Amino acid sequence: MSPDPILQVRDVELRFAGVTALSGVTFDVLPGELFAVIGPNGAGKTSIFNVLSGVYRPQQGSVVFDGHELVGVRPPRIAAMGVARTFQNIELFGNLDLVDNLMLGRHHHLGYGWAAAVAWFGKARNAEVANRRRVEEIVDFLEIEAYRGMPVGMLPYGVQKRIELGRALAMEPRLLLLDEPVAGMNGEETEDMARFILDVRDELGIAMILVEHDMGLVMDLADRVMAMDFGRPLVTGTPTQVQEHPDVVAAYLGLPAKEDA
Amino acid sequence: MSRSALRNRPLLRTAYTQEMAMLNTPAKRRSVLAIVVLAALLPFVVTDDLLLVLTLGMIAAVGAIGLNLVTGYAGQVSLGHAFFIGLGAYTGAVLGGDPEGPVLGYGLPMWIWLPAAGVVAAVAGLLVGPLAVRLRGLYLAIVTLGLVFLGDHIFREAREITGGPGVGRRGPELTLFGIDFSQDGEVLTRGQLQFLLALVFLVVFAVLARNITRSGVGRAFGAVRDRDVAAAVIGVDLTRTKLLAFSMSSFFAGVSGALYYAVVGVFEPSAFSLLLSVQFLAMVLIGGVATISGSIMGALFIASLGRISGEIAHWLPFISDASGSSGLLSVFQLEAILYGLLIIGFLIFEPRGLFGIWLRVRNYWKGWPFSY
Repeated sequence: MSPDPILQVRDVELRFAGVTALSGVTFDVLPGELFAVIGPNGAGKTSIFNVLSGVYRPQQGSVVFDGHELVGVRPPRIAAMGVARTFQNIELFGNLDLVDNLMLGRHHHLGYGWAAAVAWFGKARNAEVANRRRVEEIVDFLEIEAYRGMPVGMLPYGVQKRIELGRALAMEPRLLLLDEPVAGMNGEETEDMARFILDVRDELGIAMILVEHDMGLVMDLADRVMAMDFGRPLVTGTPTQVQEHPDVVAAYLGLPAKEDA
Repeated sequence: MSRSALRNRPLLRTAYTQEMAMLNTPAKRRSVLAIVVLAALLPFVVTDDLLLVLTLGMIAAVGAIGLNLVTGYAGQVSLGHAFFIGLGAYTGAVLGGDPEGPVLGYGLPMWIWLPAAGVVAAVAGLLVGPLAVRLRGLYLAIVTLGLVFLGDHIFREAREITGGPGVGRRGPELTLFGIDFSQDGEVLTRGQLQFLLALVFLVVFAVLARNITRSGVGRAFGAVRDRDVAAAVIGVDLTRTKLLAFSMSSFFAGVSGALYYAVVGVFEPSAFSLLLSVQFLAMVLIGGVATISGSIMGALFIASLGRISGEIAHWLPFISDASGSSGLLSVFQLEAILYGLLIIGFLIFEPRGLFGIWLRVRNYWKGWPFSY
């Protein structure tokens, strides 16, 4: 008997006017599981993330995280419930330094309001110090000590990707959504990121959904894979099952042309 | 580690609180102390007419810091700052004004009318804030521009409060802790008293603003400015943050407005036009976006611009002074031209403003004799 899933997605349908971005999307994610979503461009992978984090509101279906319905809940509430994500195109706060970016990940852990902030001494300062300690643990975990003081907009791409993972981890999530964490990275950076993802799973035990085009990475890391095409799930299973499924092959490579004449 | 071991390594920090301190290097501590001490001594060496320029500059700096909170830190371009300044000015004038005067006045003490001016403006900011939730960038600028015209109309028509255009009214009584700042005292002149009062208020509000910007609230402002969608997804409530930015900014504006016109004395509704908003934006842009010290530098600079163009007019024969009508340009036209040139010049050559120039100078001397 497998444990109760931490996330249950049922029959999610998302439309933009006449375009159906997602339809009949159903899957479960188990605690501590690394669940991957693959599919050609435009298959709806990032749309799933936007539904899960509350940016899009689906017309139909339900998303239950840890017993709570997420559809209709606003993004900051979902973040506070323990869903963190990274973005396909880096969405760091470019003018702020690394520490501020990670501290922003801990925004809902701060626990003081504007009045305490204006006074600073006492509550605000204590909370800042306590949260800074946690941030430094993540800085240490991701080996980004050297970049602490710089505005992150000036840092190299690979480092920015790592800081984005750090910002998501700073939220202390129970479900982490990784949107193409190794896109545009060279071999060495990809290996580093793969190592961090495995560390997150093994040391922190956080369930993850991974969207990625790097098939080598997906097949090596994922426990289960869901393949999608045109907003519909094609097949869900172990990496080998999915890789060999004829629908998946067709989606990626196309069907053999019909011999007409 | 003992303190003596750290004496020769002032930049080595052993606690997060040291890094979070407002003045976190010995150089900053010394220079800020020096500036404050020099500023406190200034009234005893400078003539009163120049002191008044600096006094008004320092009070305007409080308002500029406010605008920098919402526009510089939180990235919400506001052209409506003049409205909040005016709201503060009239709240202060009504609550602290002469009860026997021709317009409404309750003669309340300064410790009531000054905070009240801030609070009334902050509440107005809270009401306007929701606009910023739906709009951004240029569209928000246009909508906040509307506020100025709305305010202009209300201020003109509410004659019992504002005295109406061309007439105006007196500001509130400037008396705190039994000291009357609107008359020469036994030891200090009126100008010296007002300068010191403005200095104290500027220091207090600059410290409060720094507290805001170094806390989670300030970080949330920066997050909303840089990436609003990402900010929401990691747990920053956009609506709350924007409302907070607008109301905090307006509080500073209200206090600044009430103080400013208490010092000026008589003012009329036409003071709170679009030009005033633009002046505050110029202070922020020329001083340095998203810096507190830059806001102060910018405000002092813009406030002295009238005086500076007066001095220039003195030296250039083709510019007439205020009274004369001969000459190619009047001194007011010169001031307007300088505005335009400065804003364009800073945007093109030094977008970080006076603060950026200071950074360059500092880095040059830090690295000296090497170029970097």
